[in-house]
Amino acid sequence: MLAFLIKRTANAIFVMLSVSFIAFMIFRFVGDPVELMLNEQATQAQRDALRAKLGLDDPFIVQFTTFVKNAAQGDFGISFRNQQDVLAMIAERFPATFELVIVATLISLVVGIPLGVITAIHRQRWYAETLQFTSIIGISLPSFVVGIGLILIFSVWLGWLPAFGRGETVDLGWWSTGLLTPSGRLSIILPALSLSLFQITLVMRLVRAEMLEVLRTDFIKFARARGIPARTIHFRHALHNCLMPVVTMTAMQIGGLIAFALVTETVFQWPGMGLLFIQAVTFVDVPIMAGYLCIVALIFVTLNALVDITYAVIDPRLRGADK
Amino acid sequence: MISKTGLKVALLGGMAAATLAGTASAETVRWGAPRDIVSLDPYSYGDSYTINFLNHIYEGLVRFDRDLQIEPALAESWEIISPTTWRFSLRKGVKFHNGSDFTAEDVLASLTRVSDESSPLKGNLPAYKSATVVDDHTIDIELTGAYPLLLNDLTNIHIFDKDWLVENNAEMPTDVSAGVEGYATFNTNGTGPFVLESRTPEAQTVLTVNEGWWDEPQHNLTRIEFQPVTSAATRVAALLSGEVDFVDSAPVQDLPRLSAAPNLKVLERTDLRTVMLGFNRRDELVAGGENPLNDLRVRQAMQLAVDMDLIQSRVMRGKSRNAGTLVAPSIPGYSEALDSVVAADPDKARALLAEAGYEDGFEFDFVCTNESYVNEEQFCQAIASMWSRIGLSPRLDIGPTAKQTPKRAGGKADVYTIGWATLPMLDTYSILVQMLHSKEGNSGVFNWGNWSYPEIDKLTQAASVELDREKRLSMETEALRIAKEEIVMMPLHQQPMAWAVSADFEDFPQFPDNKPRMWFVTR
Repeated sequence: MLAFLIKRTANAIFVMLSVSFIAFMIFRFVGDPVELMLNEQATQAQRDALRAKLGLDDPFIVQFTTFVKNAAQGDFGISFRNQQDVLAMIAERFPATFELVIVATLISLVVGIPLGVITAIHRQRWYAETLQFTSIIGISLPSFVVGIGLILIFSVWLGWLPAFGRGETVDLGWWSTGLLTPSGRLSIILPALSLSLFQITLVMRLVRAEMLEVLRTDFIKFARARGIPARTIHFRHALHNCLMPVVTMTAMQIGGLIAFALVTETVFQWPGMGLLFIQAVTFVDVPIMAGYLCIVALIFVTLNALVDITYAVIDPRLRGADK
Repeated sequence: MISKTGLKVALLGGMAAATLAGTASAETVRWGAPRDIVSLDPYSYGDSYTINFLNHIYEGLVRFDRDLQIEPALAESWEIISPTTWRFSLRKGVKFHNGSDFTAEDVLASLTRVSDESSPLKGNLPAYKSATVVDDHTIDIELTGAYPLLLNDLTNIHIFDKDWLVENNAEMPTDVSAGVEGYATFNTNGTGPFVLESRTPEAQTVLTVNEGWWDEPQHNLTRIEFQPVTSAATRVAALLSGEVDFVDSAPVQDLPRLSAAPNLKVLERTDLRTVMLGFNRRDELVAGGENPLNDLRVRQAMQLAVDMDLIQSRVMRGKSRNAGTLVAPSIPGYSEALDSVVAADPDKARALLAEAGYEDGFEFDFVCTNESYVNEEQFCQAIASMWSRIGLSPRLDIGPTAKQTPKRAGGKADVYTIGWATLPMLDTYSILVQMLHSKEGNSGVFNWGNWSYPEIDKLTQAASVELDREKRLSMETEALRIAKEEIVMMPLHQQPMAWAVSADFEDFPQFPDNKPRMWFVTR
């Protein structure tokens, strides 16, 4: 077990290093932060001096090692543009993104699972087919189109929900939450819905496939033979056996949602990490971009490692096996 | 049980207060901005949007009035006691938001801070050498040489409270390379018409009125809620649904819809920014081979090929103003005589190319960005196809500003777009010294094509020390005339700008520099 853990950690460190290396390679092509930091009236000498001071003239490998050394100690430097500590800026925005992702995930489970069951047990009916067909639209519409559409309907036409922002927030220690205020709860609906649309489709299709599989098994046939009501069979016995892959997939997708929330965050001006990243890209704010990519990679790596370790705990065959 | 009721009462009370605030919101502006400000520290980043927003909290020694003329602010009067020394008499009885008095020491501390080596805004006060406090309300500013534009520069130098800076260890600007945060990035203490109440980056920055402001307010606002909404579509939606009541960057394509909304009005005009094309003037083209752009006839042909009227009516939807000279009409140094737009004449253009020996055309790199200027991508494509029509082969290269700027600044572009508004100086001198002057010493930073016109250089230098306004402006105009004749830069247009506000504002002045100034707004 220990050997497995060490191997897994070494793996994670290697992935993190590769991510930061690739990120640094990319930064060389996104542009010159100095041209954006100084205004029209700055002289050439001032521009060169600032570039040298920020270490942008250093060879690539020097810049990269300095970054890794500092990052290992949790120091990502301060933003070129906002002059604030990068880690603090990301930590400040993390709760917004996390709440959005969790609410979106909940929506996708609450809506997706029943829909999956319905489409599985009423396979031939017209409404099941319609749901199946509509879900293709859900999966293929780009999320900014969905977002703008939702804003148009619920904010501009109906005037029910706010079009942007997070509403009022309450601070619980360093965590700021919008879920405790009425305006915060109203504000999260549209972005969470738009983020969860893809997820709903995914959950629904997964549940449907699993259900079809399970419904063919012998124990369901026995249950039917014993005269157990169809409702109990479907939602209790069959569904229980489908949930394991759904839970695994949902957990893995949380990392993905955190990373891809940036489109939704931009459309709804949701003050999360994605919005921070998008703006950092526009202004070539290298410390923020590097910090964000590392944090997101860390979230992915941790989630993956956790899932792997859990599996290893459950299934002894995985511990010694060469994967 | 009792505590529960108590909580309920408190909640109801809170709601009642909120409702009351709702009725009092007649004097609130909810500002839907295209972007957030970068920091609360005006000396942190060369960003005029941030500096203008912070102007609501901080003030300079002088300021622009409604007509963008300079008027006294924290300084009551000034005199030039020697060509390099200006004496400012400061206003008495001005208090900072924390209650401390405004004195000459504060001015000295602020000037020292902004002109520090590590200050990104050092360039905003180029001629500053030192300052001496004469008494509590008099200060002498010493310059490196005679310099007529000190007042223009000072409009943008916000004044801090010295004791506040010292107490919070913020006398020096925040040094990004040192990796340490500064106090002024998160806190403010100015003398301006509004006081900071709260700030959540990317979400909301709230200002409330400064009751103790020294000046007679022309506005009747009590509160400004500044909310960035980056996505243009969401911004428009928020305005239509009444969640914000002012938007300072309304997308051109949405203007008809916004004008049609009964509770909104659209404010439109052309910007001060003149968008123009620059030419590579080195010996060789980036695209390879000897550089034909050094031949005036070639540049003339390229100008004759471009039909600005067509671009104005089609690409810019009739909202832009075609330019014949490099500065907008309201910039000192502008001359109407120079502002004649060259009419398109492709036949003549072809003849000129042939005369120069390029009847078969040549290939060159045309570098544009996709977001710096209004509809830039489209007008660049239009210009490229107009050049193809006379036999040239432009290689159009469009990308984001952050990516294209190093190419343009590094001489990796043969023809490129650039816009110049002469901000924050608001004088032709700005474009002369930064762009048209040869690249030497501190001049010609934006001389990306590496040209050199000794007469323009001479006029620029003469203007930089000429204290007589009329003489100085005529030198600047003369330099613009040479630039037009030689087509150093090819002017295109002043781009449109649009704000949209709720219809119940009584007075919402729109400024050609695209800066919202809430201290003139009444509702």
